Amino acid sequence: MVNVQIDGVWMEFPKGTRLIEACAQANKFIPRYCYHPKLSSPGNCRMCLIEMGMPKMTPDRKPELGPDGRPLINWIPRPQISCAQDVAEGMAVRTNSQMAQDARKGVLEFLLINHPLDCPICDQAGECRLQEFSVEFGRADSRFLEEKVKKPKHVELGPRVTLDDERCIMCSRCIRFMREVAHDDVLGFVERGSYTTLTCHPDKKLDSNYSLNTVDICPVGALTSNDFRFKMRVWFLKETKSFCTSCATGCNTTISSRENVVYRQTPRENNDVNEVWMCDYGRLNFHYLQSEERLLGPGVKVLKQYEEAPTWEIALSRSSAGLKSFSGDQIAIIASGGNTNEELFLIRKLAEALGTSYLDIIPHIGVGDEILLDADRNPNVAGAKLLGVSAPTPGAHLKAIAEGIRKGAIKALVIFGEDAVDAGITEADLKKLSLLVAVNLLPNGTTRLADYLLAGVGFAEKRGSMINRKGRIQRLNRATEPPGESRDDWEIIRDLIAGVNGSNGLYAIEDVFRQMAAATPALSGLSLSKIGDLGVQLQNL
Amino acid sequence: MPAPIRRKPHPLERRIVFANIDREDYTPDIECYLRHGGYEDLRKAITMAPDAIVNEVKASGLRGRGGAGFPCGVKWGFIRRGGPKPTYLICNADESEPGTFKDRYIIHQDPHQLIEGMIISSFALDVHLAYIYIRGEFPEGAKILEKAIAEAREKGFLGKNLLGTGFDLDIYVHRGAGAYICGEETGLIESLEGKRAYPRIKPPYFPAVLGLYQCPTIVNNVETLCNIKHIIALGGGAEYAKIGRPNNTGTRVLCVSGDVVRPGYFEVEVGSVTMGQVINDLCGGLKPGRKLKAIIPGGSSAKVLRADETYKIKEKAADGSMVEKEITINDIVMDFDSLAAVGSMAGSGGVIIMDDTRDMVWVLNNLNAFYAHESCGQCTPCREGSLWMRKITDRIMAGGGVERDPDVLKNVADNIAGKTICAFGEACSWPTQSFVLKFREEFQGKSTKPLPPPTPPEYVSEVLIGEHEETPKALTGGVAE
Repeated sequence: MVNVQIDGVWMEFPKGTRLIEACAQANKFIPRYCYHPKLSSPGNCRMCLIEMGMPKMTPDRKPELGPDGRPLINWIPRPQISCAQDVAEGMAVRTNSQMAQDARKGVLEFLLINHPLDCPICDQAGECRLQEFSVEFGRADSRFLEEKVKKPKHVELGPRVTLDDERCIMCSRCIRFMREVAHDDVLGFVERGSYTTLTCHPDKKLDSNYSLNTVDICPVGALTSNDFRFKMRVWFLKETKSFCTSCATGCNTTISSRENVVYRQTPRENNDVNEVWMCDYGRLNFHYLQSEERLLGPGVKVLKQYEEAPTWEIALSRSSAGLKSFSGDQIAIIASGGNTNEELFLIRKLAEALGTSYLDIIPHIGVGDEILLDADRNPNVAGAKLLGVSAPTPGAHLKAIAEGIRKGAIKALVIFGEDAVDAGITEADLKKLSLLVAVNLLPNGTTRLADYLLAGVGFAEKRGSMINRKGRIQRLNRATEPPGESRDDWEIIRDLIAGVNGSNGLYAIEDVFRQMAAATPALSGLSLSKIGDLGVQLQNL
Repeated sequence: MPAPIRRKPHPLERRIVFANIDREDYTPDIECYLRHGGYEDLRKAITMAPDAIVNEVKASGLRGRGGAGFPCGVKWGFIRRGGPKPTYLICNADESEPGTFKDRYIIHQDPHQLIEGMIISSFALDVHLAYIYIRGEFPEGAKILEKAIAEAREKGFLGKNLLGTGFDLDIYVHRGAGAYICGEETGLIESLEGKRAYPRIKPPYFPAVLGLYQCPTIVNNVETLCNIKHIIALGGGAEYAKIGRPNNTGTRVLCVSGDVVRPGYFEVEVGSVTMGQVINDLCGGLKPGRKLKAIIPGGSSAKVLRADETYKIKEKAADGSMVEKEITINDIVMDFDSLAAVGSMAGSGGVIIMDDTRDMVWVLNNLNAFYAHESCGQCTPCREGSLWMRKITDRIMAGGGVERDPDVLKNVADNIAGKTICAFGEACSWPTQSFVLKFREEFQGKSTKPLPPPTPPEYVSEVLIGEHEETPKALTGGVAE
């Protein structure tokens, strides 16, 4: 530990703490643009200038002590940046002295002279650091009488990112992100001085699967997401902590929504999972929630025709009754690696109630990378294994299920969120089934053949937990209400079980978790609220 | 290159580094160099222990000739020998400070002197790979250096086991692409690594610790490295230190330009001449009928000195006590400490003389144009401030000066100096600070328009300039009526 004096108060910090972080920990926030804790520190924006001093030294290189036993400080006559150096023994800073204030005012004035002053039409307004720091630390009037430097507007850097060079303050965060994190060094500066212009290297595009992180870390409105720009003012957005369900990594996210519409998904810091990044694929994989094709209520088919506006009660009770009429070895259940733990626990219960051992999930394997994206596109295979829904090798039972259906031995199938084709079951085979119950939120080849179609919800509309590739249990929170008559999946399964077995005392998802935790040693002692915003690493998987 | 105007050294000069410059009988090839005792000092140096050479350089008191005047021996002392990483030596031949023209003559006319100095320095610092970073605008100089290096290698002064010492050294020439900032040592290192010449933050990137390829690196100016050879030639640091004045040892090449009869370069013992002697003796005085107005004494970024000003300095009296003395501009001694004492600097040795025909606003606008063009754009104050200052002086020259412009200019410069990554911040703001401070009446005289009312309507420079009746002279000519 080293002793540092911050605004007159001596404090202790671990060695290796960045000065700017130490000040923040001491509740003395220092404004910054180029500094980002996950990137290298070029010290180029000069926003974090502070007054700094080191202990006065006696001729024999010992600090001279004052009456309070603390070192006397030799203040450096010019301001220093706080982002590029670590704390040192006896270091002293004044974060708000006249020198620091003047330096900040000067830098902000410089940043604004060539920056367009059209905040009302800028998409960054409301979450713009230049706006925020100008209000807090800048000067109120402009002394600039000259023409501003003209630069390219509306530059398509890549398929998902648009650049407005006039708004760029040359902090170089995006360049460093692409070089140091995305390992795709396509961004750089051309021209000199005030004419410095951010651009993509010739013949290259900012088309990395991580390109949208540059939009997140851009402190101003220079880089904007094509998917989100000009769709919604950020101050209208409600933020819900969640995580990405597009692969087994489970990057922590913030879902931004307004009036039951999700507008964007951004990464949320979790150093045990995704630091502060996420891939574009996962980030943009939410538009299906607003699909026109969403299933908005239960469907009941009688004589190949769906009944008009059936109630949930009819759909569920008939499904259960239908299933009960078969023996266990005539029934198969295909769950999804995208089901929550709570749903999987109940699916397991349903299988037990029906006496079937034909139970598995469908693996979805894509191409992963070395950064965040996992090849396993199912977000909760670990949960499916833990709760006994998946075969030890996911999908190992599917062959037997497909075989049984083709031969007519299996007469009833319950399928959750999947298309049977992916399990090797053809449409012709599905038609051989006497009973097909499908739970899904979007139509597919299987749902169209279902006798009972039960409309579930998406990740932003439900609560529950999943376990990622590294064995971390994380929590989904509800950002938007389920559309139409659709129902949270765990409730659907609970009611199916109740229809088979009678009432089971499950009224809230907390009850499901409690039962699950009691039955599963790896989850013992946990509850949904104990999982918290950052998840819990499971030890006994 | 056009044939040089060969001129005999002035009696006040003492030519050591420039001994062979402008000699009719001297050519840049190695045979000529060897005929004049070339590489003898190298032969002497390799009999010495490397540490002994470093100690001689420390004892010599040699100060860097690039601009900052940092003691060379102290810089060399930062290098830890025997570490796991190699040490590099870089010769900074990116001579681009306006008003400075000395290194190019060494390179063009006496390249082997530099190479010998570099070999001795490399031997002393255990360097096996050295670079000459030469300004992109010196293509001929690069060719001459390439040829000289090939000749030296052929004669066994470079390469493996040079002169049978078991010491290996190679020197490579690297050409810049035309940017002033490449002369800043960490910018130079970045450029040499193949990157944009963005200067590095110090701490942590002190070249002696984390320099070229994150290895210990020494960057020295051409003239400094030539002096290393002469420290050996003169018989050591103590002998060298006898030249010049205490703490201001050796000789210095002054590059005098501007309104004098005979501008040029003059190698003098540091501190042996005064400003008056530079103008009246070395340069043959001002042009007829003109009066001295201002002097920039150390390259364009040095603070300007006003001719009719008196300067208070402290001087050692005969009894050793310090006495305060008032002197005129002509009495200023041309050495590091004296120029610092009058509020400017010896810098790179570029002395720019301006007489009473010069319009100081035009001069500052000219300098501002240079610095706005050369700001690398990495850090905010310099990137934005240098162009802003240029736009203000441009507008004043075009007749659009408003009353508060001198104050704004000064304040913009104050907001740059001391707040940037590298010394370019000072280089670009010192001219503005000093010109506005010392010639305020000229700036105020041209800044007479009332401040336009705040928006709306939005006033821009064009509106202000548009009200001016005449064609702006400033944009076409340099001298005011």
